[in-house]
Amino acid sequence: MENISSKEVDARDSDARLSEKELTLNMGPQHPATHGVLRLVLDLSGETIVKCTPYVGYLHRGVEKLAENRNYMQIIPLTDRLDYIASMANNIGYCVAVEKLFGIKVPERTEYIRTIVGEMARITNHLLWLATHALDIGAMTVFLYCFREREKILDFFERLCGARLTVSYPRIGGLKNDVDDQWLEDLYKFTDEFPGRVEQYETLIDKNRIWLRRTKGVGVISAEDAINWGLSGPALRGSGVSYDIRKFSSYGVYDKVKWQVCIGKNGDIYDRYRVRMEEFRESNSIIRQCIEQIPKGPIMADAPKFTLPAKDRVLADMEHLIHHFVLITKGPQTAPEGELYVATEVPKGELGFFFVSDGTGRPYRMRIRSPSFVHVSALPAICEGELVADVIANIGSIDIVLGECDR
Amino acid sequence: MEPLEIVDRLKERFSEELVDVKQFRDQVFATVKREKILDICRYLHDAPDIQMNYLADLCGVDYPGRRLRFEVVYNLYSIKFKHRLMIKVQLPESDPSVDSVVSVWKGANWHEREACDMYGIVFNGHPDLRRILMPEDWEGYPLRKDYPLKGPEGWEYKGFEELRDLHSHDKEWNIQS
Repeated sequence: MENISSKEVDARDSDARLSEKELTLNMGPQHPATHGVLRLVLDLSGETIVKCTPYVGYLHRGVEKLAENRNYMQIIPLTDRLDYIASMANNIGYCVAVEKLFGIKVPERTEYIRTIVGEMARITNHLLWLATHALDIGAMTVFLYCFREREKILDFFERLCGARLTVSYPRIGGLKNDVDDQWLEDLYKFTDEFPGRVEQYETLIDKNRIWLRRTKGVGVISAEDAINWGLSGPALRGSGVSYDIRKFSSYGVYDKVKWQVCIGKNGDIYDRYRVRMEEFRESNSIIRQCIEQIPKGPIMADAPKFTLPAKDRVLADMEHLIHHFVLITKGPQTAPEGELYVATEVPKGELGFFFVSDGTGRPYRMRIRSPSFVHVSALPAICEGELVADVIANIGSIDIVLGECDR
Repeated sequence: MEPLEIVDRLKERFSEELVDVKQFRDQVFATVKREKILDICRYLHDAPDIQMNYLADLCGVDYPGRRLRFEVVYNLYSIKFKHRLMIKVQLPESDPSVDSVVSVWKGANWHEREACDMYGIVFNGHPDLRRILMPEDWEGYPLRKDYPLKGPEGWEYKGFEELRDLHSHDKEWNIQS
């Protein structure tokens, strides 16, 4: 018989019990690193995640139900509140969808301006993403640098339409107001210096050993799985799938400027980070080319049943005032009957609007296919089998915002 | 492949199942019977020249007054061939159930949960069919057309009061509602 003390036996027993016992850990919904009100219940075996169950819905405001009771004009501000980090992209996505439903063709100048502000929204979104993602992993400095540039773009939005975050700038068939030359000139100057700033962020983290250890080979999702889960945007492209709606869809002027789809290879956190860093440069270059090419012309489509009259005409004669008043208070009275799904590439992925129109001025059904909702649903697939410390890095890398997830 | 060609292929293979085909703008909606939806989806996913490997969206729609009240819309897309086809199934109010397609696309999991949460559509064979956006103990299905926008009749939010009653020490802090 072995000669061991009772103390040792106790210690051995408790060790055995410790290793057998699974621990359930609740994370959120007020955890600062969950980017909003995401709640995760993690079943842990030691530090390894056995099961991850996300709970969402804390920010559910019933946008889809509300939309059924609003006319097409009144829904634009609702779309601001989906992805409030890049509201401009949502507005554009919604307007593009409604225009396709109504069969409106918007003027070329509008397409250019929408492309410019859409790419600015992408830059602001990726800046906030990089800032918070790096902060979560422990790199504080990047946060301050990113917010410096984000502030500048938000100032551009403010000069453009008066709002910084919830912009509501596009209108059905056009835009709220035209851009002036000074604004374009200042923006062009900003695009001169911005690529240098991106290099600054990269020198801060890209050769940082902690950053590389925390991101390389962590949170891997294969291309096949990513497609099967329905991921989109940088989260899908990081796995090496070249799927970008801007390349083959007919909105904006992405076919008139030179740019390429940025893709990763390994599908880990690092590759998703690289994809977004490259998108900074591509977006910047798209904005520059658009400013160089932008033509003069009207900004509202010629479809009086659905689009607002020009502001100077409204202030000059009675007919246009009445027209403006009726459209603002009652909205478009008719719409073509039919069903349509239109997707646009917002910074986070594929934002789709599915309309069922019964011919009245209100959508019979408006379904929002939001990228964040799909990305959160795939979180267990990315997290399970990995360490608990990497959950934070994984949440950051799929870039979610709960306002869009819960709608 | 053009969406209508895919519908032709469906016609050949599932001639009994196809109910209706509609087109609006450039999108094709094929309505099928619910019995073989899983087979149809698997076929569209696996056929080498169709490869609908991306489930872009799945949602419910409510048409009160129709004989088959509910509709589930499957928005299928092929990343390889860049074609899109919408498949619809119609379900009666008395038994709004359809087979789950989670075994074909994992991404269908939460979309189906949401359709269940919002319309009360049951997806047979779903691994985890719980409410997702609404609280677990919620009654009713908010996106149904007969559900009032303001919420159920006589309902008011009592979350704060419940919370206050739970914590007796609130009285010490002198919190008033």
